[in-house]
Amino acid sequence: MSAIADIIASAGLWAAVLRIATPLILGTLGALLCERAGVLNLGIEGIMTFGAMIGWLSVYNGADLWTGLMIAALAGGLFGGLHALLTVTLGLSQHVSGLGVTLFASSFSYYVFRLLVPVAGTPPTITPFQPIAIPGLSNLPFLGPAFFSQTPPTYLAIALALLLAYMLFRTPLGLAIRMTGENPHAAEAQGINPMAIRYGAVMTGSALMGMAGAFLTLSAFNSFFPTMVQGRGWICIALVVFASWRPGRALIGALLFALFDGFQLRLQTALGGIVPYQLFLMIPYILSIAALAVMARRARVPQALMQPYRRGER
Amino acid sequence: MRFERREHRSLTLVIATPILAIIAALALSGILIAIAGAPVLEAYWRILKGAYGSRLSTTETLTRATPLMLTGLAAAVAFRARLWNIGAEGQLYIGAIAVAAASSHLLGGLPASIQIPALLVIGALAGMVLLLIPLWLRLRFSVDEVVTTLLLNFVAVLFVSMLIDTVLKDPTAFGWPQSQSVADAAMLPKLLSRSRLHLGLAIAVVLAFLLHVIQSRTVFGMQSHAAGLNPAGAVFAGVPLGRTLVIVACMSGGLAGLAGAVEVMGVKGYVTTDLSPGYGYSGIVVAMLANLNPLGVVLAALFTATMFVGADGMSRAMGIPSYIADVTVALSLLTMLVALFFTQYRIRR
Repeated sequence: MSAIADIIASAGLWAAVLRIATPLILGTLGALLCERAGVLNLGIEGIMTFGAMIGWLSVYNGADLWTGLMIAALAGGLFGGLHALLTVTLGLSQHVSGLGVTLFASSFSYYVFRLLVPVAGTPPTITPFQPIAIPGLSNLPFLGPAFFSQTPPTYLAIALALLLAYMLFRTPLGLAIRMTGENPHAAEAQGINPMAIRYGAVMTGSALMGMAGAFLTLSAFNSFFPTMVQGRGWICIALVVFASWRPGRALIGALLFALFDGFQLRLQTALGGIVPYQLFLMIPYILSIAALAVMARRARVPQALMQPYRRGER
Repeated sequence: MRFERREHRSLTLVIATPILAIIAALALSGILIAIAGAPVLEAYWRILKGAYGSRLSTTETLTRATPLMLTGLAAAVAFRARLWNIGAEGQLYIGAIAVAAASSHLLGGLPASIQIPALLVIGALAGMVLLLIPLWLRLRFSVDEVVTTLLLNFVAVLFVSMLIDTVLKDPTAFGWPQSQSVADAAMLPKLLSRSRLHLGLAIAVVLAFLLHVIQSRTVFGMQSHAAGLNPAGAVFAGVPLGRTLVIVACMSGGLAGLAGAVEVMGVKGYVTTDLSPGYGYSGIVVAMLANLNPLGVVLAALFTATMFVGADGMSRAMGIPSYIADVTVALSLLTMLVALFFTQYRIRR
């Protein structure tokens, strides 16, 4: 038991929690924004992979880190546009379109990466984002090293969660987005263009997914390798349900999830050799499934989620 | 511009749709090949030659198509009832490891005529069980099965990885994580000598015909389709929705588990964590290209296998990453979706 207490009491765990949580926060916010407007975006896994690849590749070819992050967001937005074209304009099955976008975006990422980066024994690396200590706060005992010595994208992700919460619930635009996700016909009667809202939400949400992927290669690691996203996108989709489609709860959900993940990583080291490591690696996925089972009935689903909108058709 | 639903779909249109979709996908991938600086037509010619240029490559393509047919059928059966089973990859692995475990520890001594059918059933049952979990979560807790089946894929592969690292580890594999081999009597007979082509292909094709008959000629086939088109309406018409979905899940999970069993018993003889290069996910594309028609799945699986086998040879000769096959297959799913849309709607100004 003391081993467990030691893990929880270490500042290193809490610093890792924010690091692990960042891509989940960004991805969950992106998926949440899409779904609030009524579009399930299963393209997330592939968009994150492409964001990770293109962000890394840009920096590898001389762009600075922020430019790399922005390029990843832009690319994510473009894939979002593709998903919107299929699901909003054509009204196709959001499940199948999203999976199609994921398959395309991830295989396209591997193709581009293999084409432009020669095969090498050790994957080439870049210099990633460095932690920035927030003056004053970072000197606090325990809390300082745990929460206030992160890389800039982590602070950005937390700020974006608060910004998205404000936008969705305190601005006319947020009202229009939520209305489109609940009842696009009513939204149109109010003079809102549901098609435009859905395009905007899906493209912006996908841009966040692109950034989530880029965080992996520009901050958490310093190289790109295939399958590195490891189902994080699907976990984000589960977290949206867990968060009941609210950005604040998404932030908490991602942090809670990262806490379990950071904890199991350290437990793995502590119990190494006794328990097979694969059991620990299963925990995040099983936890997501459990969270879905607990929350699915309680969560308030946007009523028009997965329903295509066609003008004048009911 | 607006879209108007077509009243009638001609047979020509239904057959032309996937062909046009594949041509469009090849054209789009052609742009990527051209950007990489290679002659596009020569690349495609080499893919075709790589897949069918010799007896060896042709049998290799058919061998590769076998698991794709089974995972394609798994997706087609489920999608028709709107059961979104995206977990064929995990079900394949569980089916494979169940077969390896059963043959190396339990049934290894039995003669082939008993052991092979028994193992095929065991593989299918294992796949079924893995899909029944998310179905139960859907029916009991209304959890969307897309996400749970996707997440279970990772759990399944980790589970297999754990087993082949511990209790099922082959001690003679020089520390390499691979499962103990199945008994010799468990290996499927070859369809052609001097090739890897095995009985699995025949099993897959027979199952495709069987499913076609079930879907088009039986009450259950009609009920599962109704459950997909309009669940509420189906219940109103007296379709037992829960029971129908359970049977559909058993068929779908069973087919995916069988894909794993057949791959172990026909090709490898043992399980590693790279047994499947994404057969489960490619199966979704195969099913969509076939427009969920079981007979179409056979042809769509052949197209997909052609791309994968052919791209390997083309890649070596021309320096184009073999991922181009994955790109083309993924693109063909997207183009097929668009093409399907235009068979259902026409554009009106």
